[in-house]
Amino acid sequence: MFLQGNEACALGAIAAGCRFYAGYPITPSSEIMERMAVELPKADGTFIQMEDEIGSIGAVIGAAWTGAKSMTATSGPGLSLMLENIGYGIMTETPCVIVDVQRAGPSTGQATKVASGDVMQVRWGTHGDYEIIAFSPWSVQEMYELTIKAFNLAETYRTPVFLLSDEAVGHLREKAELSKDVEIIKRSPKSDKPFFGPGALMPTLGQGKKLSITGSTHDEWGIRKTQSPEIQAKFTTHFCDKIRLNADRITEYEEYYLDGQTTVLVIAYGFTARSALRAVELAREKGGKAGLLRLKTVWPMPENKLKSLPTSISKIIVPEMNQGQVIREFR
Amino acid sequence: MYKEIRFTGFGGQGIILVGHIVGDAATIHENKQATLTQSYGPESRGGACSAQLIISDKPINYPHLTSPDILFAMSPEGYHKYKNEVKPGGIILVEENIPVNNPPRGIKLVHIPATRLAEGLGKKIVANMIMLGALAAITKIVGQAALRKAIAASVPRGTDEFNLKAFETGIDYALKPQMHTDKHG
Repeated sequence: MFLQGNEACALGAIAAGCRFYAGYPITPSSEIMERMAVELPKADGTFIQMEDEIGSIGAVIGAAWTGAKSMTATSGPGLSLMLENIGYGIMTETPCVIVDVQRAGPSTGQATKVASGDVMQVRWGTHGDYEIIAFSPWSVQEMYELTIKAFNLAETYRTPVFLLSDEAVGHLREKAELSKDVEIIKRSPKSDKPFFGPGALMPTLGQGKKLSITGSTHDEWGIRKTQSPEIQAKFTTHFCDKIRLNADRITEYEEYYLDGQTTVLVIAYGFTARSALRAVELAREKGGKAGLLRLKTVWPMPENKLKSLPTSISKIIVPEMNQGQVIREFR
Repeated sequence: MYKEIRFTGFGGQGIILVGHIVGDAATIHENKQATLTQSYGPESRGGACSAQLIISDKPINYPHLTSPDILFAMSPEGYHKYKNEVKPGGIILVEENIPVNNPPRGIKLVHIPATRLAEGLGKKIVANMIMLGALAAITKIVGQAALRKAIAASVPRGTDEFNLKAFETGIDYALKPQMHTDKHG
């Protein structure tokens, strides 16, 4: 199909089993919402336009607890409003997908112009101690594939997962192969295990269990434990470890011309990586020994890969559509 | 093969749609690579809009235009804003109502009476399809058969015959020997 990145994201969500979407339209993400409004009723799903982004993410988290795979899409200004509830999603270990089609900020900024200014916002935007997963697609094809992966990792690690896109990929139209034969992680039927913490499966409301779901620190059964340093330590360790200890399974990257001869390495993510690859190829045509490491996941970082980079590299360039955010990870 | 085309006009004229159709024809029906980007104001109807298409036989990393081979202009603002970026030896297709004082040198400028021909068919809204027919006949950037399939797949259901009729009208006009063409420089 010759289609737009945002549309591919919506179709990826449907293919991944998403059956609930709540959102509030915002440029440059609105085509995701428009397409979900068309596709979800056909798939027996539920679409709702909420009063704002705070309500949207609240509905998405609530829907996840009814058993639905759920998603919302927004841009920076909307994500700023969602941050409090995203922390609630992390604390309650709620699987869901949040798409951020980035535009130029801060504040309302430039609605139709591309930027990568939210890359640290998705990492650290909500308060507290946690790790996050964020994919960074560079093509229409990846808007489809990485949306599906975002849903799968949300289920596997029971956490909100970001698809950190941008205006350029969201609005780009190009050819994409939308395979229907995709690997999907289904939610397990009810189990007798504890509801929260290591190994706990996502429970569903209305199955006869007494569920306590709270943003306050809680134990395996959801009982509030706001005075216990042990429980606080246990659960924040769990929120971090479930991602840190699986980083090699979660992280995805691509290498171009990266070997023992490479002297200049470009590390790039999202749409910028396409320009970076073009620049690397132009440099190589002129005899430069340039290479590219493209991050498909920005969070977590592929730390083991970074530690094993060839010693021939004397310079690392990190182009970003911001004033320098991810570059601080490499200094 | 590597070609850049800019489509420009007012929001509501179907400019992005034309870019989509050419991209769809090139990729799905001719198995080439294409990227389509768009720029527009916050408003879509009545505002200036532009669609940028690249067609290549290799993957396209950088999807923005550096120097277009073809400019497809349906509004005076679009024509004047983008006329000077066209590559020497390139082609500008311009709606005939647009005043083209001081056209750039070294460019083939073709006037298409798209609005007049569309009114002749009964609906001004298909002026973009007439321009598209002319583009196909003059530049051969994508085959006519591929474009016909892409039009039928892209326009609202039930309007495909009328849109295709407009497309053929554009082709017929562009193939006429008395067609108004200016060569400059």
